[in-house]
Amino acid sequence: MAATATREEIEQRVFKALEEFGAETDQIGPDAEFEAMDVDSLDLVELAQIVEDEYGVQLKGEDMEGVTTVRRAVDLVMSKLG
Amino acid sequence: MSRRAVITGVGAVTPLGVGARTLHERWTAGQSGIEDGYGRAGEFEPTEHLSTKEVRRSDRYTQLALAAAAEALADAGWDDAPPGDPERTACVIGTGIGGIGTLESQHIVLREQGAERISPLSIPLLMANAASGVVAMKYDLRGQSFGTVSACAAGAHAIGMAERLIRHGDADRVVTGGSEAAITPLAMAAFSRMDALSESGVSRPFDRRRDGFVMGEGAGILVLEEEGAARERGARILGHLRGYASTSDAHHLTAPDPTGRGAARAIELALGDAGVAPDEVIYVNAHGTSTPLNDRSETEAIKAALGEERAGQVPVSSTKSAIGHLLGAAGAVEAIATLLALRDRIAPPTLNYEEPDEGLDLDYVPNEARPLQNGAARAVGLCNAFGFGGHNAVLCLEAE
Repeated sequence: MAATATREEIEQRVFKALEEFGAETDQIGPDAEFEAMDVDSLDLVELAQIVEDEYGVQLKGEDMEGVTTVRRAVDLVMSKLG
Repeated sequence: MSRRAVITGVGAVTPLGVGARTLHERWTAGQSGIEDGYGRAGEFEPTEHLSTKEVRRSDRYTQLALAAAAEALADAGWDDAPPGDPERTACVIGTGIGGIGTLESQHIVLREQGAERISPLSIPLLMANAASGVVAMKYDLRGQSFGTVSACAAGAHAIGMAERLIRHGDADRVVTGGSEAAITPLAMAAFSRMDALSESGVSRPFDRRRDGFVMGEGAGILVLEEEGAARERGARILGHLRGYASTSDAHHLTAPDPTGRGAARAIELALGDAGVAPDEVIYVNAHGTSTPLNDRSETEAIKAALGEERAGQVPVSSTKSAIGHLLGAAGAVEAIATLLALRDRIAPPTLNYEEPDEGLDLDYVPNEARPLQNGAARAVGLCNAFGFGGHNAVLCLEAE
């Protein structure tokens, strides 16, 4: 199941998570900064849990360092799936 | 001149609905917010009051506090921030248990899915100081901010502490009150196992047939301001927090001292703090839980503190007859109910009171509201709050 996820699917899943976190829909996009969307470290821990549930990919604290945008988060998941 | 605390805004979410005046009007009209043995804040829909992010990042008890705070601050004529130095603005909000709903749901996650699946929001949601922290954050209140924890006296302790912060000069204004959301499986089972909950599901304080309290939920928030600062900004003043006192029974883990001695001392000290004589008190909002023990010892306490004669003359009623027991929110919600009753010069009723109990012979204002006798210009009343652990807190309020 994990290896079949496409980049678009993962991106859409991250968008959906951000919406659940309370980010404004019109702010959400591939290059939107988490900080600008008021998404903080607690939200990112939840995002990591979602990613693990859905794609079987474990993201640790150090993996998330420097992950400041949706694009970088999706890159990270793709590289782990790779 | 000494610094005095005035009340400039109130807000409440209770089983009688959303709004402090809704509570006052419906209780005065004899309506009950208790259904099927629960006092749920059923009219409260979090998403109508809070953003998606706020809802996600708060336990229900904090959501109730946020909604009550929004009403109280608007009532006080505040915008989204204090009308003075934020660093001189404090926030003290009590709770009996805090985010027990979060604690329970996360414990299920732990058991069923493992530690890795525990929400990183668990602690910030369940902690008993979350309401004060979140309210302070939302409105930029940068002075002292903390929660008070004293079971069913917590809301009254918070308000008393707020008054002291103003009187002592530590703050010029305080957002204060109490909040609780403990209609949860564990809390219900636990209170039930100690025989504290009503089996009949009827809250009938002081009645011979009373058989325990009915669990309620909600929040009450008040805005207290230093009188001079409030008058200077042209604030509408609802009333004064004239006095406050707190004592401990040092008697039993849960049962009140049957003589009511500790509670009586709290009432006497609150009157002394306010500089008010017993015959000036025209209304007592009782703790009145509908438990066999409280209502008897509280009756004794009122008699001891006011004197048998005066105690027999003063209307004494229990808000819990209409909304159940809001635990750590009770003292705050009932302080608001007391204030609005005094303003309207009306004693709201003790509902479901039909059969007198031996020795419980005060004027409990059975079932119908009644005008308060008020020869003097000022209307002074007492609000009692007592908690498991032997905590007694009493507020003396005066309406404008």
